[in-house]
Order: sequence, then structure tokens, then C-alpha cells
Amino acid sequence: MSTEPLATFESSLTEIGVDLVRTTAEEFESTLAPRVDTPAVGTPLPFEGVALPDAVETDPTVADLETARTGVTAVGYGIADYGSVVVQGGPAGEEPVSLYADEHVAVVAASDVLPDMDAVFDRLAADVREGTGQAVIATGPSATADMGALVRGAHGPMDVTVVLLEDR
Amino acid sequence: MSVNDRQRKAERIRHLLDTEGDSVHENTRVFNEGRYESTADLDDYEALKDEARAIKEDAIERLPELIEQATEAIEANGGTVYVAEDADDANRYVTEVVDGRNVVKSKSMTSEEIEVNGALEADGANVWETDLAEFVLQIAEEAPSHIVAPAIHKSREEIADLFNEVFDPEERLETAEELTRFAREYLGEKILDAEVGMTGANFVTADTGTLALVTSEGNARKCVQATDTHVAVAGVEKIVPRVEDLQPFVELIGRSGTGQDITSYLSLFTPPGDSPTFGDGVGSDDGLTSGDDRALESGDDREFHLVLIDNGRMAMREDDDLRETLYCIRCSACANSCANFQHVGGHAFGGETYSGGIATGWEAGIHGQDSAAEFNDLCTGCSRCVNQCPVKIDIPWINTVVRDRINRGADGEFDFLVEGLTPDEEPGGLDIQKRLFGNFDTLARLGSAFAPLSNRIARTGTARSVMERTLGVDARRELPEFERESLVEWFTARGSRVDPEGARRRVALYPDAYTNYVRTERGKAAVRVLESLDVHVDVPAAGESGRAPFSQGMVATARANAEAVYEALSPAVAAGRDVVVIEPSDLAMFRREYDRLLPEDEYAALREGSYEVMEYVYGLLENGADTDALADGNGERVAYHGHCQQRTLDLEPYTLAVLEDCGFDVATSDVECCGMAGSFGYKSEYYELSVDVGESLAEQFTTDDTADRTVVASGTSCLEQLDALLTRRPAHPVRLLDGR
Repeated sequence: MSTEPLATFESSLTEIGVDLVRTTAEEFESTLAPRVDTPAVGTPLPFEGVALPDAVETDPTVADLETARTGVTAVGYGIADYGSVVVQGGPAGEEPVSLYADEHVAVVAASDVLPDMDAVFDRLAADVREGTGQAVIATGPSATADMGALVRGAHGPMDVTVVLLEDR
Repeated sequence: MSVNDRQRKAERIRHLLDTEGDSVHENTRVFNEGRYESTADLDDYEALKDEARAIKEDAIERLPELIEQATEAIEANGGTVYVAEDADDANRYVTEVVDGRNVVKSKSMTSEEIEVNGALEADGANVWETDLAEFVLQIAEEAPSHIVAPAIHKSREEIADLFNEVFDPEERLETAEELTRFAREYLGEKILDAEVGMTGANFVTADTGTLALVTSEGNARKCVQATDTHVAVAGVEKIVPRVEDLQPFVELIGRSGTGQDITSYLSLFTPPGDSPTFGDGVGSDDGLTSGDDRALESGDDREFHLVLIDNGRMAMREDDDLRETLYCIRCSACANSCANFQHVGGHAFGGETYSGGIATGWEAGIHGQDSAAEFNDLCTGCSRCVNQCPVKIDIPWINTVVRDRINRGADGEFDFLVEGLTPDEEPGGLDIQKRLFGNFDTLARLGSAFAPLSNRIARTGTARSVMERTLGVDARRELPEFERESLVEWFTARGSRVDPEGARRRVALYPDAYTNYVRTERGKAAVRVLESLDVHVDVPAAGESGRAPFSQGMVATARANAEAVYEALSPAVAAGRDVVVIEPSDLAMFRREYDRLLPEDEYAALREGSYEVMEYVYGLLENGADTDALADGNGERVAYHGHCQQRTLDLEPYTLAVLEDCGFDVATSDVECCGMAGSFGYKSEYYELSVDVGESLAEQFTTDDTADRTVVASGTSCLEQLDALLTRRPAHPVRLLDGR
């Protein structure tokens, strides 16, 4: 795929204050390990040859979710124009893991970074028709201005980091 | 309206200006500026709006079919759909589903509309609002003042005081961050304890039964994820045909609303989902909420109920004028771009549930005309919202139509005081104040005929006090002074100074009622400026455009005026002459409102053939006329306020360009409206709001950079407002070009 959406993705992420970490399947674990603040929760990653560091709890209790500092999940797509990731929640718990921890680490394959909303909605529509029950287009951390000033981190994560698997 | 009613209204507005005005102003300004910036980043903003509009038009057209399709899709997924006729019906259903269990809710204006919280609580359920603004209002027992940011009227200090008083935390809460953390923790426990999650829906797709929720805090996600039972309430109009149709809305809604390119979360739920749940809430009594060692449960048994609410919407669909309201995606752009709303907020500019410009349509359709009548007059028809609406609803028109209906709904006799002054087409019960302002043409004609006596009488204390009591004309406003010789009379006596044969162009200069009877000097300047550019000018005796009655909701009278104007101008138009208009609000009638008032071909002829005077001068200069024929600005420093309706028509740049070409140094204002808005600022119940809005403009013209500048403004109202609020006397920009 052309590198253009990736460059746009990176600059969009920078604009919204989200770090992008580039890595490969092989180096994933060693890249991720120092970035995972424990306690950490996660969901199994669907990318071939990519595994979560041991410190990440993949069968969390409610209390684990509540206290987690890091939540690692795969995300279905990245959206270059907006710096968004699409969290597709399923039985493994991507939704709660990406939502409760202080920081969401979103792992996306380079080949899943799409240029714009048009392209994403074509895919999302197809996914829904094939039975994907839930997709959240998440852009940056949760936020609120309801308390008189803008605050990063409302009910959801305060921080988001995107890990890009360049060879997937 | 009685004198007491006017006083009560004025007091209410004054109270809100004092208590909530500052917070509302500060916050809406951020949203408003954000929207301009964020939409400017889009390459295809107009195309996206067209696309969104087309999707909504189609969806509302096919609504019964789409409701059926959505129902089939959701039932096939294992959910339930209930179409509720009205609020009671919806609440009965939701109460049955909830059955006294603990409920956590995300923000939903539709749930405010049906007041479901009260119904659930009466049935023994605990209901917690988890959206932080809604939580603040729940604690404060207040109503939303804005459809997107419901607690926009509260400052951080007020929220901190509220929390400290109600929750008495060990350490006093102060910063927005501390308040947010506290609320997150407090509500986090409520979410863990809950068995039912309630949400609204911004969109529902008929093809797949998918809900789209536009949020930022993450609470809606939590309400759905944590609980076994999801109840979504949504107006029937929220249905769009396909998932793909969501794309333009996703790109527009955040930008149009809070000025964000996109909100943090755009959730697409196709329930029931299969995310693990927290199962049954542990209940708040057993002390397990902290250190909760429950394992997550399978989401296979999730229950989903979509409650689609009619509550007047299907009738709105049949109503040719209210139908457009159903296209509304509740983004709040019309509120944020509205000068009156920015200053007074939704507690004045709103009905039982909804607030802002489009609320008139919603309230009239859902709660009835009386609810709309409470605030409908706060729309001045300035039209600033028109280009901001992502689905291109003609919001001023909806306000005008509903105002007309309210006028017609009132009983009453012709009032002897104004009967002679008001040869209009309106019913007897029409408010005397509206009738007076709606017939400005007649008033001005008489005022001119009897000037200067009429001016002198009108200035006396007795006359002003009678006018205030009987007509609601605020005694603090200076009244317009009528000229004895009208512009038409002056021109008839003077004649054209340019030979029609050799003229560059031939024009009919439209003598709007103000220019004709009150501010004749700008008409005379326009004649001289056009003639100095070799244009042959004629000033036909065309009457008032209909703007005055239109703004009072007197549509039939406006139509009669429009027909008369067309008749007066049509010979010139037929002869291929251009129509030049000085007053932007009248030009906006020709270009916009006549679409509603005249046959299509007549409207098209006037729309195509009419120009704002500075736009016309610009065109002449672009086509070979020489600026040397005009007065030389010679670097004169000028502060220019473009008229609201002129800016909606994107005509402001012409004035700016012409003035700069002529050597003036121009600074411009960026407020949405001067606040005078024709008759609005004269009305005793709105005088203080009008001045409050005007002060924002006056502030921009009293800065270090602008305080010494010559003030010019295109609109009559703007000139009056600026004249009242500044010590410098403002003028129409065409007078700067007048060499005389």
C-alpha cells in the first residue's frame, strides 16, 4: 500500500496528542513491554506472530479493569484523515479493555490504515452485514468540557497510544 | 402581550443575562469559532451538507417503510422495537422493561422530551445520568440550557460549589480536572451497580439496525457495555436507510456542533452485541463495589430494546412547513451561531425541552404551539444559522411560519389604536406591537407626510410613555426621524443626471422604506455614486419589501407587499435593467424569502437581477469603471460592520474590496448580528437583550485599533444600534464613496 495514508495518519495523531509507535511483528513484544504500565489488561491480538507481554492480564475481573493503568487491544482500522482507530468489541472484551484503563494502547496493522471516512464506512458497512456487533471510531482519549474547562480523560481513557505494525 | 407580560418577560431575560449570560456567551463562542475553523478544513463542506440533506429528505419521505425495515433488522438480530405514540406510551414501555432496576443513562434529549427519569423513579428505579453535564443538572435539579452541552450556563466555580455542598468531599473540589475525576469515580460505581443502560441514538440504520452514538466522555459506551439490558430511545426521524449513509453525518456533526473535527467516540452498536458484561449489578448495599472481583460474563444474553418515539413527529412529516425540522440532527449549530442565544442561552431561548433556532420547529411539533410561543420571538430572522445547518434547514422560515400560526391562533378584536395604521392582511387577534412594526411602511409614509411635527410629537415624554404601555415600544430607544421629503420625491424632482443612451448600465434603485423616509441621505449618496460611474439611475416608487411584516410572522401581508414590489420593479427588470438595493435585509427578501412569497419565475427574475449597492459598485469597477470617479479614501481608517443577512448571502467581501480599492483602511467586526434586528431592539421586553448583544459589537469598535476609526455599517438596524452605543455617528459605506 502507498505510504501516504500512514504519513497522514501520523500527522493526524500528532495533532490530537496521540503517540504513534512504529514496530514490526517480531519486535512488537520488546517495543511494547517498556510502554506497558502495570497493572495492565489486554485482549489476544489477531496478528500472526504477535503476542502480548506476559504482564498483560487477558482474563480480567471487573476490579482488574477498574485498576488497570494500561489496556492493550487490537483495532480493526486506523483512519488517516482523523487519527482515529476503530475498536471492534467482541467476546474477548476489546470494548471494556479499551475503555476502563487509564491508557488505551491500540494495535493496528499498517494495511488496515485507511485514508478517509468514505473508505472506512465501506468497510464498516460490510463488517456489520457480516455480523460485527460493535465498532467504535475512537479519536484520541475521552474528553469533556462539562466541568468548565477541557479535560482529557472523562469516563474513558486519559491517554491513547497507537502501535503500528508495519509488516502486517 | 399585556404590559405586565412584557415586563415579566423583560425581567426574566434580565435575570438570565445576569446569572447565566456570561457562561453561555463564553462557551457558545468557543463552539461557534470552532465550527467556522473546523468546517473550513473540509474540501467538500457544501457537498457534504447537500449529501446529508438528501439522505434526510429521502429518509423522512420513506419513513414508514424504513421504520418497518429497521424493526425487521433489529428483531432478526434478537432485539425488540417498540414504536411509542407519545411520551406516556414510551414511558410505560420503558418502565416495564426496567422493572424497578438500577439504570445508568447517557445523554439523550429525546429522553428529556419524554421525561423518562421521572416515570422510572416513580416506579422505584434509581436513575443516574452519567454524562457529566447531565449529572450536574441532575444534582442541581435544573433543565438543560443547550441541546449538546446541557450545563453550558454553569461556570466551573458554580459546579464546584454545587459538588462541595452536595457531596461534601474530604478535600474541596476546585479545578475542572478534580471535578471530572470525582464525577467519574462517583458515577463509575453507579455504572457497576446498574442493570439497565439507557442511551439515545443519533442515527439508526434501517438496513442493519445499527445505532450510531456521537459522544466524547465514554459514558455511553460504559452504560451499554456494563449492563445486560440496553434500552435506547430515539425519535422516529433518526432512521437513515443504510450504514454508508452515516459517513457525511459523522464528518459534519462534531464540526457543526462543538467545532471538533470529530468527537472522541462514534459508536456503532448493532445490538445485542457480544461484548462481555458485568452482569447483574452488585447493588449498592453489599459493599462489593470496591475490590469488585466479579469475572466478566458472556454477553450472549444481552437484551436490547429500541423505543422509537413518534410524539408528534409523524404529524410533522405531513406538515409542509414543519417537515424540515425532522431533518435536524441536533448539532446545535443554529444555537451557537445565534447572537441572541449566545447572550441569553436556552433557558430563555427554548421551550419545554429543546432550545435554539430549530427548537421552534421541535416544540411546535412535539409540545405544541404554546411552548414555541414562549421563545419564538427571540429569532430575529438574522439568518446567520442558515449556512451553518449541516442539513440546510431554513430555520428562519420555520420560525416565521410558527410565528404566523401563533398570530393566527390568538383571539381578539381589531385594536382601534392601530387599525388605521395597519392596512394588513392579518387576523384581528394579532399582537398590537407586531401589527405596528409589521406595517412600518404605512407608519413611515405618514411620519414623513407629517414631518417634522410627527417627529416632535413622537419625541415627547407622554407619547413615549403611551407607546411603551400600549405598543411595547421601549422608551429608552431613540425613534427614527422621518424626512419630510422622501427619496422618491427628491429624485423625481431632481431627475437623472446621466444620459440613458450613453450610460454604462441602467438601474432601478430600490427605495426601501427606511432609505425612502428615514435615511434618505444614503439613498442620495447611492444615486450620486452610481451616476459618477456613468450609471443611469431611476428610483421607482416601489413599496416596502415585506421584510417588516415578515419579521413579525405576518406572512400574508409580506406576500402582498412582495407582490406589489414585484409589480413596481418588473418593468425595469423586463427592460433588462439591474435592481440595486441599499438595505441588505430587503435584498435578502429578494434573494431568499421571496422564494416563499412569489411565483417561481418572478422570484427568479428578481433574485437574478438584484444587487446590493456595494456589490454592484464592485461589479462596475471590475468591468472597467474607474475608482478615480469615486471619493479617495486616502488611508482613512474605517471600522466596518457587515449586516447579518448580507453575510449569509456572502456579500460582505464586496464592500470590503471596494473600500480598500478606494484607499480606505478597513477593520471588520466578527459578531454574528448587531442585536437590533429591525424591530427587535425597540420592543420593551427585548430591549436589554438587544443592547447586551449590541455591546459585543460596540466592544469590537472601541479597541485600541478601532476606537478612532470612522464607523460604517450596511444595515439600517446596525446603524441605529451603533449610533445608540457609540459616540461616533455611523454611516452607510456608500456615503464614503460619495465625492460630494
